[in-house]
Amino acid sequence: MRRAEIVTAFILGIFSIYLMWKSGDPPAWNPSIPRFANIGFDETGTPGSGFWPFWLGFIMLICTIWIGINWVLKRSPQSVSEEPFLDDFGKKMFLTVGGGLIGFLVMIHLAGFYGAIFLFMVYYLKFLGRHTWFLTLTISTSLPIVSFFFFDVAMRIVLPKGYLEPLFIPLYDIFL
Amino acid sequence: MSILKKLATGFVAAGMTISAMSGFALADGHGWKPNKPIDFIIMAGKGGGADKMARLMQAIVEKEGLAERPLVPTNKSGGSGAEALIAAKSANDPDHTIMVTLNSFYTTPLRQPGLDVDVMTFAPVARMAEDTFLLWVHKDSGITSFEQWLEVAKSEGKNWVMGGTGSNSEDNIITDFLNDNFGLSMKYIPYKGGGAVAKDVAGKQINSSVNNPSEALGFYESGDMIALVAFTDERLPMFPDVPTLREKGVDFSYFMQRSVVGAPGMSAEAEAYYSGLFEKVYNSADWQDYKSKKSLMGDLMSGDELMAYWKVQRANHETILRASGAIQ
Amino acid sequence: MEVLGHLFEGILIALEPVNLGLAIIGVIIGLFVGAMPGLGSVNGVAILLPFTFVIQGFTGGATSPMIFLASIYYGAMYGGAISSITLGIPGASTAVATTFDGRPLAMKGQAHVALMAAALASFIGATISNILFTGFAPLLASVALNFGNPEIFALMLLAFATFAGLGGDDFPKTIFSICFGLALSAVGFDIISGEPRLIFFDIQGFSHGIRFLVLAIGIYGIGEMLWTINTSRYGSSMSNVEVNFASIVYALKQFKGAWKGTLIGSFIGFFVGILPAAGATPGSLMAYGVTKMTSRDPSKYGKGVVDGVAAPEAANNSASTGAMLPMMTLGIPGSPTTAVLLAGMVIWGLQPGPLLFTNQPDFVWPLIGSFYISNFVAVAVNIMFIPIFLWMLRMPFTILAPTIFVLSLVGTYAAYLDMFDVWLMVLVGFGGFFMRILDYPVAPAVLAIVLGPIAEPTLRQTLLQYETFTIFFTRPIAGPITICAVILIFLPAIQLILRKMRSKA
Repeated sequence: MRRAEIVTAFILGIFSIYLMWKSGDPPAWNPSIPRFANIGFDETGTPGSGFWPFWLGFIMLICTIWIGINWVLKRSPQSVSEEPFLDDFGKKMFLTVGGGLIGFLVMIHLAGFYGAIFLFMVYYLKFLGRHTWFLTLTISTSLPIVSFFFFDVAMRIVLPKGYLEPLFIPLYDIFL
Repeated sequence: MSILKKLATGFVAAGMTISAMSGFALADGHGWKPNKPIDFIIMAGKGGGADKMARLMQAIVEKEGLAERPLVPTNKSGGSGAEALIAAKSANDPDHTIMVTLNSFYTTPLRQPGLDVDVMTFAPVARMAEDTFLLWVHKDSGITSFEQWLEVAKSEGKNWVMGGTGSNSEDNIITDFLNDNFGLSMKYIPYKGGGAVAKDVAGKQINSSVNNPSEALGFYESGDMIALVAFTDERLPMFPDVPTLREKGVDFSYFMQRSVVGAPGMSAEAEAYYSGLFEKVYNSADWQDYKSKKSLMGDLMSGDELMAYWKVQRANHETILRASGAIQ
Repeated sequence: MEVLGHLFEGILIALEPVNLGLAIIGVIIGLFVGAMPGLGSVNGVAILLPFTFVIQGFTGGATSPMIFLASIYYGAMYGGAISSITLGIPGASTAVATTFDGRPLAMKGQAHVALMAAALASFIGATISNILFTGFAPLLASVALNFGNPEIFALMLLAFATFAGLGGDDFPKTIFSICFGLALSAVGFDIISGEPRLIFFDIQGFSHGIRFLVLAIGIYGIGEMLWTINTSRYGSSMSNVEVNFASIVYALKQFKGAWKGTLIGSFIGFFVGILPAAGATPGSLMAYGVTKMTSRDPSKYGKGVVDGVAAPEAANNSASTGAMLPMMTLGIPGSPTTAVLLAGMVIWGLQPGPLLFTNQPDFVWPLIGSFYISNFVAVAVNIMFIPIFLWMLRMPFTILAPTIFVLSLVGTYAAYLDMFDVWLMVLVGFGGFFMRILDYPVAPAVLAIVLGPIAEPTLRQTLLQYETFTIFFTRPIAGPITICAVILIFLPAIQLILRKMRSKA
């Protein structure tokens, strides 16, 4: 965890610098205004559009440096921790569950929400949860069906259908 | 029981029609009809004038059963309408995507050229109304006429504070015009919504505003706020005693369009369908009632006529924004 | 006494079968919509708005449709606590503070105590608020009118001050978290200059800003859930409360300890709620902060105290009634939900404004009457459903966890209809998971993103108008609030210095 602490602080520091840089963007329609013209006060004493994020980014940067100093001086519990950031279980869990979520997201674009929910539930219940096929399939099919009636039919929130859209058109005919 | 039966038929029908799906929409031969819920994008946040109007249109469609499929409203107010324009432009089914627009329809693509949006590519479905603007002050200010207002605003200089919705918006354009034309130097404070502006005039936090009637009506009726001048061509029926700026010898009027547009790439059949749909909405008693109660103007307009109207309006806005230095 | 007569008539109308039926249906819909992570009262009200036109067609008048929407609003405020407590995901910004102690209570096997406390505190909060509303509506409307930008900014400062102590022990990480949330709240569009800003990597998805729910569901729904799976090694279940009569009675008894939080929450919630633009979220945060500060043992908070659930729940329900006040009398919405209700009133042909109470008594009084009735209905329905929610918690974690993931993704999409937000939410969740391991406090970031979008524009609008910082101290209402906030912010530092001086001496 000691290494993870400093790596994270470093990444957050980079993000803070990016935030400060981005805050100073000139407006799109007038590139002739110089960068960072908007981070101070204007003639009326009003902060410009970049003031708030720029100085917050600055404080964030100070904080990450402070975290770094604490790390060097071994003052925070994480900087002296001998425990691994993620142990073998953690790494495997993050890959399987986190990867499953990314797969879920990708599948939404292809098979729509309802197809993706089905696949994700089968994956999680059967391969991570090691439940029986009967239970897996019961939950995996009922969840999308219940969601369809809750969202599309009752709430009129039309979830994306991906390439499965043609399948739903007759259902719209009946329920909407 | 009936739901189960419906469901069963649905699945059977789904199974049988997968292959023949592509021609489904035109199956009954009565021209184009939507076969799935219609994306109804609102180019403004919840609670504003555009949102109220969009939800009224949706309610009328629902109540009268005008459309085959429901309109599903989505507020996309990000980036002063940029988010909505991008969403409509990149809609993957333009025949089922329509949008309620206001004047940011012209100004946002001008102010954010990076969006690469050409509003003339949108389908002109219907202009439902034009919203009007009036100049408001608090009754305790003692001001009763436009001339008197000019005098006070001039002597107060930059201490005279005008509130309005957003920056480089409709309200800002009118304020800039008043400043330039009458040699005033009022300060303009951008707010998030017109309701908050009206409330701050009524609460004497700011000196005046150019609210739409619908935003200020509550305080007008209670007598807290009074209207001094209307930025219209003729006097408004609701405010017969309020003169127009034209009567004061200034050639200026300004309106906010309330139009429904179709996503770029919408087919002509779909455009005709939506134009017909919104014509029915326009002619409904509820819409006409709303129009007169909120002092809206503007007749129904669609097709080429609406296109021509946009062209003129866009050119006008380009001139105004260039003059105020908001674009180059 | 005239008021009581009006109120009595109003309650009678609200009790008519049609209206009572609508109230019950509305409360149940609201409860379930509110209990879904991602969906809150605003979705329920917005989606059923067109339907009210149909109701109006049957009953005539605006009373019944408004009663219907108001009871959805009520139901959802009750429901918001349910996902906060049982799943640990705040379904709406108003319920964030409820997770602070609600979630630890559920983890300790006290979910029934937390749910019961949330229901009863909500009931009491709403009742107190109803009474204040009935008695003082016109008077309070004028108070709200005196709240301009300087006052609202001062109030935001105070809200920050009350939760300054919310972070962890690691000072730089807490400050980082607050600034991170505040900075993210600036992403999207700057209303003062009219320019888009902080469009990271020029991805258009950022142009609508980083929404509260993206951060909240990502951190709590994905991040916390991954962390729980990691620490519990796919654990067995979240809670094992036996659902029986005795446990309900036990839960009822536990509520005795929460009277103080409930009262503090009810009053703070109401007064913050009636202020335009503030809404229920700052109210519930301040209620939590004040209850914690004034308690004998503040260190227990965040680890599962009944008071810590009661205070924010009483406050958010109280504030939601309060928020009706500026909506009805000033025509300005204090929250997204009241914005939709406002649209509804306009659609039904009413004109909100100072004259609403005089011009439309036939609408106003039955509506106020229905507040009382819906509140009774809501607390009864909520308590009846508690066993069902407890039963859900007893599902094996390997079923509950993927279901929560699915709800998080669907809920985020349903809230904004934007796939970009769903992607961002999951990525935020991954980040939140790593931060959690390294002990970065995340709650301050989530709260900051709620308050930031109110605080920054009001600060800049004030300075634009008055051109001086001293305005925050010299205005009659803003002054005292700012001074309180400043003292509270520096209190920890002062205490620290005092303690050091003492230990040296």
